[in-house]
Amino acid sequence: MRNALRIFFVGGYISYRALFGFLSLWIFIPTLVLTPIFQILLFAYIGRAAGGHSDQFYVVGNAIQYSSVPCLFAMTQTIAEERFWQTLGPLLISPAGRLPLFLGRALPVIANGLVVAAFSLFAGGLILGVTLAGADWARLAPVLLVAAFSCTGLGLVNAAIGLRVRETAVLSNVFVGILLIFSGANVPLSELPGWMADIGRALPLTHGIEAARAVASGHSLASVRGLLGREALIGVAYSVGGFFLIRFFEVQSRRHASLERV
Amino acid sequence: MRALRLVKSGFTMNLKMVGTSSFFLVTSIVQPIIFATVAFYMFRSGGRSGTLLYASLGAGMMGVWSTTLFGSGGMIQWQRWQGTLELGAAAPPSLALVYLPFSLANAFTGMYAMAATLVWGRLVFGVPLHFVHPWLFVLSLPATVIGLGLMGLVLASTFILYRYANALSNLLEYPVWIASGLVFSTSLLPEWTRPISWALPPYWGIVAIRHAALGGAVWAPLGMVVLLGAASLALSTLTFRWFETAARNRATLSLT
Repeated sequence: MRNALRIFFVGGYISYRALFGFLSLWIFIPTLVLTPIFQILLFAYIGRAAGGHSDQFYVVGNAIQYSSVPCLFAMTQTIAEERFWQTLGPLLISPAGRLPLFLGRALPVIANGLVVAAFSLFAGGLILGVTLAGADWARLAPVLLVAAFSCTGLGLVNAAIGLRVRETAVLSNVFVGILLIFSGANVPLSELPGWMADIGRALPLTHGIEAARAVASGHSLASVRGLLGREALIGVAYSVGGFFLIRFFEVQSRRHASLERV
Repeated sequence: MRALRLVKSGFTMNLKMVGTSSFFLVTSIVQPIIFATVAFYMFRSGGRSGTLLYASLGAGMMGVWSTTLFGSGGMIQWQRWQGTLELGAAAPPSLALVYLPFSLANAFTGMYAMAATLVWGRLVFGVPLHFVHPWLFVLSLPATVIGLGLMGLVLASTFILYRYANALSNLLEYPVWIASGLVFSTSLLPEWTRPISWALPPYWGIVAIRHAALGGAVWAPLGMVVLLGAASLALSTLTFRWFETAARNRATLSLT
């Protein structure tokens, strides 16, 4: 048990350090601090031109949707980078339990997603004059956390696919795009065709965005309990699915000797 | 004649290279379709469906810019990784001439974005493709693409000294989309941003393309695209020389 906890916390921490040793501040700041603010501005202005919703609608939607970038890319990189540095093989022949090994890597990714979403919300709101009271922030924090967790679950699925598909960055970009369309970040599900709304409801972030909008408009956390529960459930489903996919592809890659193929 | 042969072979070679890159194909085809879809639904939900062609053209131009930007940012970096940057720098032609066809090929790939969003808009959203000045549209699009390619060349030259060129590319994507007013009018932006818009070829390019498609004066913005393209070419010749000299002096060309 102690070993599993050590792998979970220490392994996750080292993996995070390794990831951001590569992703220096020169990459971190443009990609995860400045770009989400510009994404918020772009959609807020398109919204103004289209005669759509309020600025707050786009600030909240895009801040949370952008957390998918760190959640998807960073989670996938934890496996893709191991392959790049040829350490994936030694990692997978180690006796370490897979559950603490991979979930430990997810923990810093969730924290990162949370920070990116919160900062984007703050900075985007500041520029566009969308102010949230201290109490709103206190209610928003758990919503952002659940959304980041849920999206990291999808990141785990993406990471698993990365054991088979080599173009992980392309795949992550496609997932980010899918979330941009279907999560309701810029167009409410009620204004999308039924089949698109159904897909949106099965994706991470959708319920989180809806809950965050409600909370930012002054609703209590209790009133969005259902949405948060669904978001968390989706996160658990994707995490479990991702974990089993990793196990499946690990076995497959051993069988077909394709683990280190780049 | 030699320069033309270099441009032709470099253009063809890079077109083949980016044509086999799934990252480029996603950037130039899938990503613009994603943005076009979001923009279509946003305009539709705002009740301004008459502007769907407007959104389609804007999303296409977003793809042209992304492809140019990532191509320019990646161009030097990929050459560096492949160990061919030094060979290009040591070759007799100037570095600007060596990379001009690469930049043009990147921008040309961006035309896939325009084609993809127009076809997507027509097939999925029924956007009517009735252009007010079809011939001027045919003229404006390649002129804009070349203008953007030349602007990409200036950016590429700065990446000779910058190790994290790709991160800079990521950063410049959205601001140029916004400042150029690709999917909305720049009149919505604060007044102080106006000079920034005027200095950007994508701004004049989208105005020319939009006017050719929806009606309006085409020649004046088209002239600005050509003018800014020529200025970019002249500037890139200088910047390539400066940055190459600086990199040689500091022995940092490979940056490894």
